[in-house]
Amino acid sequence: MERIKTIETRDLKKSVAVGGCGECQTSGVANQPCESKQK
Amino acid sequence: MVHQYKLNGYNIVLDTCSGSVHVVDEVAYEIIQMFESHDKDEIVKEILAKFADRADVTEEEVYLCIEDIQTLANQGKLFTKDEYENLAIDFKNKSNVVKALCLHVAHTCNLNCSYCFASQGKYQGEHALMSFEVGKQALDFLIAHSGSRVNLEVDFFGGEPLMDWDVIKQLVAYAREQEPIHNKKFRFTLTTNGVLINDDVIDFANKEMHNVVLSLDGRKEVHDHLRKTITGEGSYDLILPKFKEFVERRGQKGYYMRGTFTHNNVDFTNDIFHMADMGFTELSMEPVVCDPSDPYALTEEDLPKLFEQYEILAKEMIRRKKAGNGFEFYHYMLDLTNGPCVYKRITGCGSGTEYMAVTPWGELFPCHQFVGDEKYSLGNIWDGVKNTEIQDEFRHCNAYARQECRDCWAKMYCSGGCAANSYHASGSIQGIYEYGCKLFKKRMECAIMMKVAENVED
Repeated sequence: MERIKTIETRDLKKSVAVGGCGECQTSGVANQPCESKQK
Repeated sequence: MVHQYKLNGYNIVLDTCSGSVHVVDEVAYEIIQMFESHDKDEIVKEILAKFADRADVTEEEVYLCIEDIQTLANQGKLFTKDEYENLAIDFKNKSNVVKALCLHVAHTCNLNCSYCFASQGKYQGEHALMSFEVGKQALDFLIAHSGSRVNLEVDFFGGEPLMDWDVIKQLVAYAREQEPIHNKKFRFTLTTNGVLINDDVIDFANKEMHNVVLSLDGRKEVHDHLRKTITGEGSYDLILPKFKEFVERRGQKGYYMRGTFTHNNVDFTNDIFHMADMGFTELSMEPVVCDPSDPYALTEEDLPKLFEQYEILAKEMIRRKKAGNGFEFYHYMLDLTNGPCVYKRITGCGSGTEYMAVTPWGELFPCHQFVGDEKYSLGNIWDGVKNTEIQDEFRHCNAYARQECRDCWAKMYCSGGCAANSYHASGSIQGIYEYGCKLFKKRMECAIMMKVAENVED
């Protein structure tokens, strides 16, 4: 039986390689969408 | 680091450093709690004893569940190691761009709100309006210091910014002229108490303002108690029709009704529901931050009630969404799949470095909540940042700046919190505003629960 359901989320570890462009809106902090063209 | 909690019938497991969210049954919930401190056989023994009355909890089932958990750990979705600390310091040290300014176009106000952190708009100083020349220099300063960033942000703030409306329009026009020249894109926002809203403001703001923040505290008696006119009358009846028209003509998007709750209305969800029932769908309600001796200051005794209120709000939002009359709450808007990268999450709002406030006379401060505190003056828009010592203090504000934050499951959502709140609560921007932390964590638990509910329903 399924005891664990994983919700789809952005992998923060992977964002280390492609993040940091700084184009997202100034901040709530975790709310604003990512605006990187690299994802 | 893993955070586990139960809310609204869900057993929720958050893996802080990967951002993964899992909803699990009672058995998996208990196993995850023991996973790092017990070996497999110990876990099986304890789980079988604990769930002895459950026919579905067999030795084989428990071993299978342990395997599933180990698989998630191997995939980097559980017990993910925290390897971000150095990124936070490097990222801020490498970046010296400015991407956002809060333009204090008016250090004056046409209301006299008791809890205003800006001392009725004057910021402990004199009444002042920003001239076009100062505003233009501020925009030039922003463009010149923005490096390769394309998206730039400018907030029109006060006091009451509409008291300098003609200058705002001139500054927007100037910025639009500069966009193609410098390959920049300005996003303007406006925060207003609504008193001076008219057709001209609505038409112009709906064309040019990416977002407008409209100050309304909810129920009439709550709003009027602390948000009074200069002559001491409540302002609710004056501004409500203007806000309704503004939002309607705006197409119900790109705005927030922004309220403040205090010790006087710890049942603040009733104020949120009041606004929702009037047709406003983008809502924000913030805890007052003030001197603990103020009569409306929130108290430790209020905390359990506030936690309960946040839960009531989350459950009611789920119910209303299903019924087709949902609304958004600022702090519950989590984007789990397309949210900010790890750099953004660990470095925070950028106050004092990539975001600054500009006074009507062109002085620079780390953010709007430091304006008027001379020891935090950074410089000015003609000479740039001169007080690099203070700027370096802000450069070191991040999710790892305090021991309490390093060990906190919510650091990827709050980025170490608000420097101004820390300063006002503890006297240091590296301090802790513990009351705010408790409320923030509760809000995040509710927001994540709502996402879980949404997914489970699907």
